[in-house]
Amino acid sequence: MKHLLSIDDLSTDEVQQLFETAADMHDVQRRDVKKLPALRGRTVVNMFFEDSTRTRSSFEIAGKWLSADVINISGKGSSTSKGESLRDTVLTVCAMGVDGLVIRHPASGAAHQVSQWVDAAVVNAGDGTHEHPTQALLDAYTLQRHLGSLDGRHVAIIGDLTHSRVFRSNVQCLTKLGARVTVVAPPTLMPSGIATWSAAAGFETSYDLDEVLRGAGVHGRPDAVMMLRVQRERMSGAFFPSAREYTVGYGLTRDRLALLDPEVPICHPGPMNRGLEIAADAADAAQSVVLEQVSSGLAVRMAVLYHLLAGDLQGQQGDVA
Amino acid sequence: MPAPEETDPGTDRTPRTDRTVLDARDISRALTRISHELLERNKGATDLVLLGLHTRGVPLARRIAEKIAAVEGAPVAVGELDVTMYRDDLRSQPTRRAHKTALPPTGIDRKVVVLVDDVLFSGRTIRAALDALADLGRPSAVRLAVLVDRGHRELPIRADHVGKNLPSALAERVSVRLSEVDGIDEVTIS
Repeated sequence: MKHLLSIDDLSTDEVQQLFETAADMHDVQRRDVKKLPALRGRTVVNMFFEDSTRTRSSFEIAGKWLSADVINISGKGSSTSKGESLRDTVLTVCAMGVDGLVIRHPASGAAHQVSQWVDAAVVNAGDGTHEHPTQALLDAYTLQRHLGSLDGRHVAIIGDLTHSRVFRSNVQCLTKLGARVTVVAPPTLMPSGIATWSAAAGFETSYDLDEVLRGAGVHGRPDAVMMLRVQRERMSGAFFPSAREYTVGYGLTRDRLALLDPEVPICHPGPMNRGLEIAADAADAAQSVVLEQVSSGLAVRMAVLYHLLAGDLQGQQGDVA
Repeated sequence: MPAPEETDPGTDRTPRTDRTVLDARDISRALTRISHELLERNKGATDLVLLGLHTRGVPLARRIAEKIAAVEGAPVAVGELDVTMYRDDLRSQPTRRAHKTALPPTGIDRKVVVLVDDVLFSGRTIRAALDALADLGRPSAVRLAVLVDRGHRELPIRADHVGKNLPSALAERVSVRLSEVDGIDEVTIS
């Protein structure tokens, strides 16, 4: 594993291996001294060309707890705003001897493109509406901790699928681990051409949230529910008539919460639009694992950085010479 | 431990010229003696914490704990320690798989921690273990018990309790196999 660009790059074994490492890293969070020396002397740069609270700070903490030197560069306030191209910016940063590059960018495929330009290990921390692999890993890791194994379990993913990189990575990750997946969205937020993908990858689609939650869909009652954020910043037109109408059709409201068994975990990648896609009752319910996702995210990102950067970097590229 | 110590009988390609140095009974006797030495040195089992180093130190620590419990009539705290993240040779190899670190609920602060490992060789694993312990707490004392001391130290480290001193040539290979991991109890040299 040289880069982490897409969930598709990982085998099922590699995912489980990351989870095992993450479980070890999770223990570190409970220690007095939250520091492991594994990445001492390595330098990691977080390049965020898009806003982020949890992803950026958890990558930063993850790197620091592993003793790497971590630097943050954001789009605003960097030379990008002076018109420097992405290629020049990353080459400049890598010329300083950087070992790992964590990148978030509004353009789909940006991380992949960057990985072609640099020697450093590249981690995709979200590229446009394409992928967000560490989010999918932390979601699956969190659910696996609650459900034991994901094999044969039914996960419902609900919300703004069209603009969601979290959904794209999650479907790949969950199906890789054997979960049955139903994705639910209003027709306007269902990605075009999803029928081909869902047929190939073996997941279900639905326009009716109540039916899925009641278990009247193909996969029966869900074992876990994953709400997605309505991404207004990516929407250029009107995808639904009003916020109220979205909530009535697709929000996890108090009434819909009552349809779920009390042990069914509720995930949300954050940030939440309370009252829009998720009611406060659901967000703060005992079965909500939203904050656990955050602490899992830290452990999973530590595991990713460890696997990419701790060993012999030359050897991992397969360059024997 | 450095690569020569990693024992993996499955990848042994040379015809077996192994010489068995300790068999199951010898191993059991050595562990019994170590258990008694520990008790004598510590004047009982109170405040004693046995930490096995992955991989084969973990079952050894459990066995010693059982023997001590049988003598003292009370359970003794056991845990496992993974030192992967603290190794000084992480850089020179492909990424190593980390293992679990599990401390007993009592923790290690103000306890007498006994590190348990199968083979003492360069001493680098123990150096890493001491660093790991410093991040986990502050024991009142740290001791080292090993089943085999084969010499060739690269650091100023020695064991307090040794099952068997086994002078060996650097080119020789000392393999500890334990029934919990390998299905058989034996120590061989080849």
